[in-house]
Amino acid sequence: MTQINVRVDGASYSDDVEPRTLLVHYLREQLGKVGTVVGCDTSNCGACTVHLDGEAVKSCTVFAVQADGSEVTTIEGISSNGTLHPMQKAFHEMHGLQCGFCTPGMIMASIDLVKDNPDPSEDEVREGIEGNLCRCTGYQNIIRAVQQAAGEMSGRTAAADTLGAQS
Amino acid sequence: MTLVEEPAAATPEKEIGRARRRKEDARLITGRTTWTDNMVLPGMLHLAIVRSPVAHARITNVDVSAAQQAPGVIAVFTGADLAEEQGSLPCAWPVTPDMVNPGHPSVAVDEVNHVGEAVAVIVGRSKVAAQDAVELVDVDYDLLPVVLDMEEAVKDGADLVHDHTSANTSYHFVFDAGEAGTGADTEQAFADAEVVVSRRLINQRLIPAFMEPRSVVVQPQGDNYTLWSATQIPHILRVMLAMVTGVPEHKLRVIAPDVGGGFGGKITPTPEEVLTLLVARRLGKPIKWTETRSESLMTAHHGRDQIQYIDIAADREGNVKGLRVRLLADMGAYLRLITPGIPALGAFMFPGIYKFPAYRFECDGVFTNKVPTDAYRGAGRPEATFAIERIMDELAVELGMDPLELRRKNWIRAEEFPFTTVAGLQYDSGDYDGATQAALELLGYDELRAEQQRRRESGDPVQLGIGFSTFTEMCGLAPSRVLGSLSFGAGGWESASIRMLPTGKVEVVTGSTPHGQGHETAWSQLVADHLGVPFEDVEVLHGDTAISSKGLDTYGSRSLVVGGTAVVKAAEKVVAKARKIAAHLLEASEDDLEFSGGKFSVRGTPGTGLGIQEIALAIFAAHNYPEGVEPSIDAEATFDPENFSFPHGTHICAMEVDTETGFVKIRKYACVDDVGTIVNPLIVEGQVHGGLAQGIAQALYEEAVYDADGNLTTGTFVDYLVPSAADLPHFDTGNTVHEATSNPIGAKGVGEAGCIASTPAVVNAAIDAVRHLGVSDLRMPLTPERVWRALHEGGDGAGLPPGPDRATAGTIAYGGASTETSSGVSTDASSLGGDR
Ligand code: FES
Ligand code: FES
Repeated sequence: MTQINVRVDGASYSDDVEPRTLLVHYLREQLGKVGTVVGCDTSNCGACTVHLDGEAVKSCTVFAVQADGSEVTTIEGISSNGTLHPMQKAFHEMHGLQCGFCTPGMIMASIDLVKDNPDPSEDEVREGIEGNLCRCTGYQNIIRAVQQAAGEMSGRTAAADTLGAQS
Repeated sequence: MTLVEEPAAATPEKEIGRARRRKEDARLITGRTTWTDNMVLPGMLHLAIVRSPVAHARITNVDVSAAQQAPGVIAVFTGADLAEEQGSLPCAWPVTPDMVNPGHPSVAVDEVNHVGEAVAVIVGRSKVAAQDAVELVDVDYDLLPVVLDMEEAVKDGADLVHDHTSANTSYHFVFDAGEAGTGADTEQAFADAEVVVSRRLINQRLIPAFMEPRSVVVQPQGDNYTLWSATQIPHILRVMLAMVTGVPEHKLRVIAPDVGGGFGGKITPTPEEVLTLLVARRLGKPIKWTETRSESLMTAHHGRDQIQYIDIAADREGNVKGLRVRLLADMGAYLRLITPGIPALGAFMFPGIYKFPAYRFECDGVFTNKVPTDAYRGAGRPEATFAIERIMDELAVELGMDPLELRRKNWIRAEEFPFTTVAGLQYDSGDYDGATQAALELLGYDELRAEQQRRRESGDPVQLGIGFSTFTEMCGLAPSRVLGSLSFGAGGWESASIRMLPTGKVEVVTGSTPHGQGHETAWSQLVADHLGVPFEDVEVLHGDTAISSKGLDTYGSRSLVVGGTAVVKAAEKVVAKARKIAAHLLEASEDDLEFSGGKFSVRGTPGTGLGIQEIALAIFAAHNYPEGVEPSIDAEATFDPENFSFPHGTHICAMEVDTETGFVKIRKYACVDDVGTIVNPLIVEGQVHGGLAQGIAQALYEEAVYDADGNLTTGTFVDYLVPSAADLPHFDTGNTVHEATSNPIGAKGVGEAGCIASTPAVVNAAIDAVRHLGVSDLRMPLTPERVWRALHEGGDGAGLPPGPDRATAGTIAYGGASTETSSGVSTDASSLGGDR
């Protein structure tokens, strides 16, 4: 067992972990942060994506001990006082989710993407979220969501694509 | 939690047709979801499963002593330990009376029949402790011959998967449209035909690959059990688990909390559900099992996997005269809930939207040493649609006709609905031409055809092709009587109840259990319109057998068509009872009351009267209510439609093929679907997108591959290529609306459309791009290597020989069935390669 000190979603934790414990298991099993989910065992699906010191990482590729002294943000820590993060809001508004299992990881990856590229084209979003698999949506509405949130996050008027829904 | 402002409805007073943002999203976008694997119960133990590393063997010894002593291990059980109480997993669809079902133990007792089959289970204090001990179980296997190839498996003298059976064929199912049922009509049609085209098509094995791994938690409380599972079928599961394990049905509560995708992959009672329940019963402790992704890909059921021999007969003008289909359908090692029924269901869809005068279908269900197949999105209908839409293209080439022209000539015209097909289905409504015109416009067809011509003429290394799929499907599964006539073990009706709460809020209980389809939103829209209450005042409950005691769950695009109709019927009953109370309170006759916008008013005095939500409080207080009326307003209804519903559409794919590298790339994809009434356009569009992604993935990326020893070589997401955003194109989608006549909503079902229609459109497009270079078939998935090989070596790119052998392949393979007519189409391999 090794002792680690981490801040997760703004709260400080001091815990003993086995050296082989992955960050995602520490978050889920020791802290009860079950908003972050596990979809694979080969680091291919991105369902477990969180921010480690502000960068998106697949938390199944990081040992909990490696997070010692770091700041972790999960899907549970990005909205404040009941106000959704623009990316959460955009996923809702653009119908960027169906079963929602990929969604926490997708949102966390997308926030990081927009931080690096505040005005991504459709192709840039497609490339940017390549590491996150979704089986339900066919991605198109996820891309709309990311572009809309990018507009809002950078203060541009959201060039919201029409919903594409034929009513 | 503040969700976004809703856009105003097109017609402000109507919820149906409005692009409502989903109620479900609030918990899903914030990580406040109840996935089964999130469950933590006091004293909970963890299950891990020892799985067979070999495909076929007799088990001679299982030594669990080391595992038993490992730290943190509470108990270890082998198949023999559980033999008496584990029963056999159920198969509910004996498609023929003499179908062979070898039985399916949840944990192998003396023989394993596929890699990944459970051999022992370990219970640990932690998941890690249980998993670590898996390595310590020592199993002796006496290897048996491995049966993998269906065409080999059905030959006389083939090695057997189950040595207590006489052959690897589980059943031989025949559907013959001719009156005599002998196949004579079809044979005559082929004998008289001017043109016959034959194909041997492979519809490869796929893995549903839902994103949420399967998970089960069981909590025993005395002799009562609560089982949470990431399942599509909590209601069916409860019945089946009661039958399999002997836990009485009324002592078992099944809960499907939020479920992360299914696509048919979570439609069967699983060995792991049985084992978790058995172990919890043995130990009297709460138990959790959650699979790894590798376990999921290896042991959750697969889908598709058919070899299809299809022959089409026509005259020179392009009028189709007959269709003959013979299938080998891979069951895998065992029969799961509906394994054998899937090809049989597909049997009715091979004629597609065309007017065939003669049709005969035969299918052998074949055992192999692979994980069982069962439903995967579309189940039987994508396989059929692929075959008919591919062969229509080949017939068009043989006749020198435009592929769309051939289709037009043979499809059912708008004025001919309702139309009874050669397979006996009655298609209720639609307009194939209308959807096709709209799709052509969406694609920009003329321009792309012109570009294709330019590329051909200039010998561009990147060629362009355009492929069609004009399709229908049979949805809304359903009509119980029809399912009965097909020997299915259950009905297809659905139930709903509506409870008016004292404060006027409304609870809707549905037996149709969602896993991402947005029932909570769509059902709220239905109820808001039918009761005249605000959308926000409706709560939809589902997925818990203690709350919704009746249901047949979610699959086969039946939710809105069947389950939604049950909701509407329950709403009508609620209104009828509220009307009685309103009449009493308003001192008017029921017949004089109008109900609109949630309010009862005496005819001619709109604006006055009593709201249905006020009536709810009055009847709760029950101070003043009419004689013979009970003090509460709630109602239950079930719905069992008389017919399936038949969404249709036209999908068009424009595809670039790099002839130098074999890489294919979708240039443009357009489709127009007719799914009948659209309750929520947002949800409909999302369902189409998701279906397209999966259908395109079958065409281009996905295949479950076993090596010669029966190991799954695509056992992780590294090898099994679920497409990412970067692998898929932008979709241009649209709708036409012709209401279904089989249900009062007019809905046809949308969940499977994209998945069924897109696969042949994509493959037809790729072949269209390179047909002038001598390619007339391509094996799915269209990997660069296969496309390159087809271009340079002929055949379908996957080892099927080019030229005349192709036509006879079916005859050789199909156990001597000798009705083959020679193919009018052949691949001229000699013209390849050097031309460019
Ligand atoms: S669980 Fe981390 S990438 Fe799949
Ligand atoms: S919404 Fe289901 S996996 Fe993405």
